[in-house]
Amino acid sequence: MSMTAEFLYFLASVLFIIGLRGLGSAETARRGLFISEIGMVAAVLGTLLHPDIVSYKWIIVSAGIGSAIGIAMAALIPMTKMPERIALSHSFGGLAAALVGVSEYSLHHEVVTHATMGALGFEVLFGGLTFTGSLMAFGKLQGFIPGRNITYPFQNQANIAIFGGSALLLILLTTWPSVQFLFYLMFFIAMVLGVLIVIPIGGADMPVVISLLNSYAGLAASATGFALGNNVLIIAGALDGASGFILSIVMSRAMNRSFGNVLFGAFGKVNEEALAAVGSQEIHEATVGDAAMLLSSAQKVIVCPGYGMAVAQAQHAMRELAEHLEAEGVEVLYAIHPVAGRMPGHMNVLLAEANVPYDQLKELEEINDEFAQADVALVVGANDVVNPAAKHNASSPIYGMPVLNADLAKTCIVLKRTMNPGFAGIENELFSMPNTVLVFGDAKQTLEKIVQALA
Amino acid sequence: MSHEMFLGLYVFVLAAFVGYGVIGGVPPLLHTPLMAFTNAISGISLVGSLVAAGAEHTTFSTALGFIAVLCSSINVVGGFLITDRMLKMFRKRGGTKA
Repeated sequence: MSMTAEFLYFLASVLFIIGLRGLGSAETARRGLFISEIGMVAAVLGTLLHPDIVSYKWIIVSAGIGSAIGIAMAALIPMTKMPERIALSHSFGGLAAALVGVSEYSLHHEVVTHATMGALGFEVLFGGLTFTGSLMAFGKLQGFIPGRNITYPFQNQANIAIFGGSALLLILLTTWPSVQFLFYLMFFIAMVLGVLIVIPIGGADMPVVISLLNSYAGLAASATGFALGNNVLIIAGALDGASGFILSIVMSRAMNRSFGNVLFGAFGKVNEEALAAVGSQEIHEATVGDAAMLLSSAQKVIVCPGYGMAVAQAQHAMRELAEHLEAEGVEVLYAIHPVAGRMPGHMNVLLAEANVPYDQLKELEEINDEFAQADVALVVGANDVVNPAAKHNASSPIYGMPVLNADLAKTCIVLKRTMNPGFAGIENELFSMPNTVLVFGDAKQTLEKIVQALA
Repeated sequence: MSHEMFLGLYVFVLAAFVGYGVIGGVPPLLHTPLMAFTNAISGISLVGSLVAAGAEHTTFSTALGFIAVLCSSINVVGGFLITDRMLKMFRKRGGTKA
C-alpha cells in the first residue's frame, strides 16, 4: 500500500470518530456528518489508488447505479418507512461484506493463512447472517411476512444446533483453509441462520433486532478489515458494531429484558387469556367533542405517541392539534418511550418531520414525574409502553418494564383504532381505569376532527 | 497468529472502546439518525469491494465485487443523504433548524 493511501485511510479513520462525536447534540450533528463525509471521500480515494485495480470500468458502472439508487431512496422514502430503510441497508452492508469475503476466498483459498481464514470466516458468517436476517426484518416491517412471531416446536434447540454447527465449521475451516466445500457450506448455513433467528421475533421487539443486526453488520465490516489487513475497515466496523451494541442494550433495558430473552423468548406470542380478558374490560368511550373539551380546558397536556401514530401517519395532525392548544395557552409536551415504534428514536424522527421542536420531546426519565401534574395524557397509538401493569402486576409479561406514567394524569385520553391488544397481546389496564376515556377511530382522522372541533 | 493480525486486534479493541464512549454520548433524540449515520460509515466495505471489482482477477470475483460495490455505494451515498435529511428536520422551538 502506498504512503498516500495509508495516509488517506488514517485521515478517514480520524474524521469518522470526530464526525460521530458531532452527533452528541442536535446543533453539531450536521457538521459531524459533513466531517465524516469528507472521511469517506478520503477512504475511497485511497482505495482507488490501490495497485491491484487494473480497470475502473465495472467500478464506475456499479458505483454509478448504486449512488443513483441511494440518492433516490434517500429522497423518496417517507419518514414513517425509516425502520424498513434501515433494515434494508443493514442487509446490503452484510451482503457486501460477505461477497468481498467470498471473492477473496475464491482467489486465495490455496494460499490463505489460518489467521486470515479465521477473519474471512467471521466476515462471511456475520455478513451472511446479517444479509438474510435483515431481509427478514425488512419483510416483517413491510408486511410481506407476518409481523407476529412465528414459532414451532424445538425452535430454540434447532437454532442453537445450527449456530453451533456454523461455529464448528468456522473452526474446521480455520484449521484446513483449502477445503472449499466447508467455506461455501458455512456461507449457506449463515444465511439460513439469519432467517431462522429473525422468524420468531415479533414486531414490538424489532428495535432490539434492528440494533443487533446493526452491530453484526459492523462486525462483518471489521472482519473484512482483518482479512484484507486494512485498518480503516476495522475501525469503521468497530464504531458501527459499538453503536449497534449500545442501542441494543438501551432497547433491551427499556423493555426490562435481556438479549437472550429477546432472541429466544418469542415475546410477541399472543396471549389467548389476555385476548379473552380484553373483551370483558369495562371501558369509557368518549366522542371527539368530549376530547376537544378536555384538551382545551387543560393547562398541561402530555402526548404519548406509539407505533400506531406512525401507521396512521398522524404526526402532522398531532402537531397541528398541539399548535392549536398552545395558542390557547396550553402547555404541550411529548413523552417519548425508548421502544415506542419499530426502531430506536423512531418517534423523535416522525415528530421532527412534522415540525415539532425537539425541546418539546422529552425522554421517559425526564418527564415521568410530570404526569402527576398533567391535566391530560393523550395516548396516540401507544399501548404496552403506557400499561401500568408493568409497574405493579408481577404476573404481567411486561412486569418491570419502565413505562410512561400516563395513568397518573388527571385524565387520560386514548386514541385507538380498535379494542385489539397491543403487539405483545397483553391486556392494558390503563384502558379500563376510571379516569381514562377512549376515542375509537383512525388516529389521524380523530386528531383532525379534534382540531376542527377546537377551531 | 501473525504480527499484523495482533496489530489489527489492538486497533479493533481500541476503536470499539472509542466508539462505545463517543456513541454513549449520543442523546436518544438522535438514535435513528445515529443508525443511518453508522450505516453509511459501515458502507466502508466499499474499500474492499472496489478492489474486488477493479482487480478483474476472475469473472467470478469481478461479479461479486460488482454486486458488493453496488450494495455499499447505496449505503454510503443513501446513508449520508438520508441522515442529513433527518438532521435537517430537528429544530428548536421558534428557532432555526439544526
